[in-house]
Amino acid sequence: MKADVDAPLTPSGLGRLLRRPRFGGKMGGAAEFVVIPALALAASLVLFGIFVALFGKNPLDLYFYMYQGAFGTWFSWQNTLTRAAPLILTALCTALPAQLGMVIIGGEGALLIGALCSTAAALALQEAPSLFVDLAMAGAGMVGGGLWIMLSGALRQYRGVNETISSLLLVYIALAILNYLVEGPMRDPTSLNKPSTRDIGAANMIGSIPGTDVHWGFVFGIIAAVLSYILIYHTVFGFAARVAGGNIRAAKVVGLSVGKLILVICFLAGAAAGLAGMMEVAAVQGRTNANLAAGYGFAGILVAFLARQNPLAVIPVSILLGGIGASGGLLQRRLGLPDASVLVLQGVIFVMVLASDSLYGRLPFLQRKAP
Amino acid sequence: MNLDKISRRRVLQGTAALTLGTALPLKRAAAADTTVGFIYVGSRDDYGYNQAHAAGAAALKSMPGVKIVEEEKVPETEAVEKTMESMINLDGATLLFPTSFGYYNPHMIKMALKYPKLRFEHCGGLWTDKDPKNAGSYFGYIDEAQHVSGIVAGRMTKSGKLGFVAAKPIPQVLRNINSFTMGARLANPKVTLQVIFTGDWSMPVKEAESTNSLIDQGVDVITCHVDGPKTVVENAARRGAMVCGYHVNQAVLAPQAYLSGAEWNWEVLYPRFVKMFTSGETIPNFYRGGLKEEIVKVSPYGPMVSAEARKHADEVKAALTAGTYVIFKGPLVDNKGKTVIAGGVSRGQTDPELEKMDYLVEGVIGATS
Repeated sequence: MKADVDAPLTPSGLGRLLRRPRFGGKMGGAAEFVVIPALALAASLVLFGIFVALFGKNPLDLYFYMYQGAFGTWFSWQNTLTRAAPLILTALCTALPAQLGMVIIGGEGALLIGALCSTAAALALQEAPSLFVDLAMAGAGMVGGGLWIMLSGALRQYRGVNETISSLLLVYIALAILNYLVEGPMRDPTSLNKPSTRDIGAANMIGSIPGTDVHWGFVFGIIAAVLSYILIYHTVFGFAARVAGGNIRAAKVVGLSVGKLILVICFLAGAAAGLAGMMEVAAVQGRTNANLAAGYGFAGILVAFLARQNPLAVIPVSILLGGIGASGGLLQRRLGLPDASVLVLQGVIFVMVLASDSLYGRLPFLQRKAP
Repeated sequence: MNLDKISRRRVLQGTAALTLGTALPLKRAAAADTTVGFIYVGSRDDYGYNQAHAAGAAALKSMPGVKIVEEEKVPETEAVEKTMESMINLDGATLLFPTSFGYYNPHMIKMALKYPKLRFEHCGGLWTDKDPKNAGSYFGYIDEAQHVSGIVAGRMTKSGKLGFVAAKPIPQVLRNINSFTMGARLANPKVTLQVIFTGDWSMPVKEAESTNSLIDQGVDVITCHVDGPKTVVENAARRGAMVCGYHVNQAVLAPQAYLSGAEWNWEVLYPRFVKMFTSGETIPNFYRGGLKEEIVKVSPYGPMVSAEARKHADEVKAALTAGTYVIFKGPLVDNKGKTVIAGGVSRGQTDPELEKMDYLVEGVIGATS
């Protein structure tokens, strides 16, 4: 019965659990988190290549242009990173509450409210020195966005409202508030055909990272992602959040204050998206108007799920999606593909990554043999 | 298998591939004397705003030595700056047409400052002398075509009730609503027009609901000012109402219901601009015109349009084309009874006062806020 002898080597059951604490096992686990998404990505690209070939285009051209448009030149890299910048922050808006088992998909709303609050702060402080104005903008944007998502958390905690639905619906309320303020009380009377707030002033604009076109939102995004990672995986608070996310009853039994965890995490999540909104105003648009509702919040959901809700993984995934966005233009121009083809690719990647979840712990070459 | 070895080899291979890829010379698009870039905010085949621009771009394809690069669905964010730069850096574009209103400030201005030797042409008529000299903004007085279209609608309505599905109560939209209504009331002074604002440029569900609700109220001719009139036109035709189009000719969507419409004529303007550009002439920074300058046009009348309606509309169209007809002249009263243009005052097309329009004229049922 050779099979029986081999049985403990298969990646299932007790044998695997026992191997877990070992260093080698840990390495195998980490490798899985890199290799499996990479395989899923490669499979998506192959599928997309077949899809494109059906339209009579050469898939090799496709890969070349995708690479060139996203990472092939220094300009392409800047294009990619610029597009990635807001995604890191909005992805955290979904990834942080996910630690508690909550599915928040309303980052777009927090981004819009953050943008409005930061614009209001800048307009109220026109006389102040620009560093102070920028700090006030960041503070206002983060508090505004934070409270917005905290509202979803509070509705869930105190009224039992599903946070996924409430955060999504709050996006439309945020958009309505933005449109009302921009077309009414906060409107710059000279913005005739494009209702906007007043300009925050050129002096208050945050420039780009020296030597690049990429604005500072990218750096703040990375800082926020790293801080989130430390908070979730290396603090008592983060441990408590993960316990509550794993089993909310157990968390309550051991005396964790679940309500407080939900509110604080939701606030931090919203603050990240609010900061993204502030950066869009302070580094790109210079004012608030309907342009801000560009879907960064919704793209962030995709990033968070692709990153398996890991705050650190959000960074490379944002860059990947930024790159797909950056190369999308080149695909349209060189291959004559419609814009929707990029959405097809994003959809394929999303499905493949989710489907590849079932592979964890099952790929023999990634499992360490038992000693 | 030893994982470490595999991954090290993979990493080395990957690095080699990356270096090779980066070292590859940039493959430029096929050589052409002039590469012109067009950027659209929506889909190129939206039967509306973007399709009108794409038709203008398509008109350039027959010009020798001109190559067109196009990108659709580019949002009014940093994305459009990057699209412009990508067209410049990777395609060698020297003349760019970012066609959406919201591309202008800050995005196109920023690019015009960054690339002072290239030319940027924006649709919207926003250029002022404070803006870069290599930037320009053009627009058309499409309310002239709306006025003619309104005359046809006023002649053809049986219920005397017209409907208008509009995006936002901004001056440009209000001017179209007013001009259309005034045309209709010229044909039949008893006509009223009900307006519904959907709140945004592309809201297909709300546009369909508005169309249905207008028809439920007895409206029998519908027109609109949204980015893609397809939903409105198809729904109205399906419900048995007549329609007047906007942006492009939508007769193919509703051949039995399409009366007329106000269309852009970018097919004429874009070759004109590109010719100026390639011959070294300077394109005017601020460029506007109406029927006379062939920047806008009126859709051919549908088969059901009566002879008298055609005659009336053609008369006014001829007068507008000759430049002898003024749409906005006093005394003009808004729908709250306030005089907005005093008697004896005539506001011609270029009058800047019209750019600030914030009222709906008498005969329009609806409010701007």
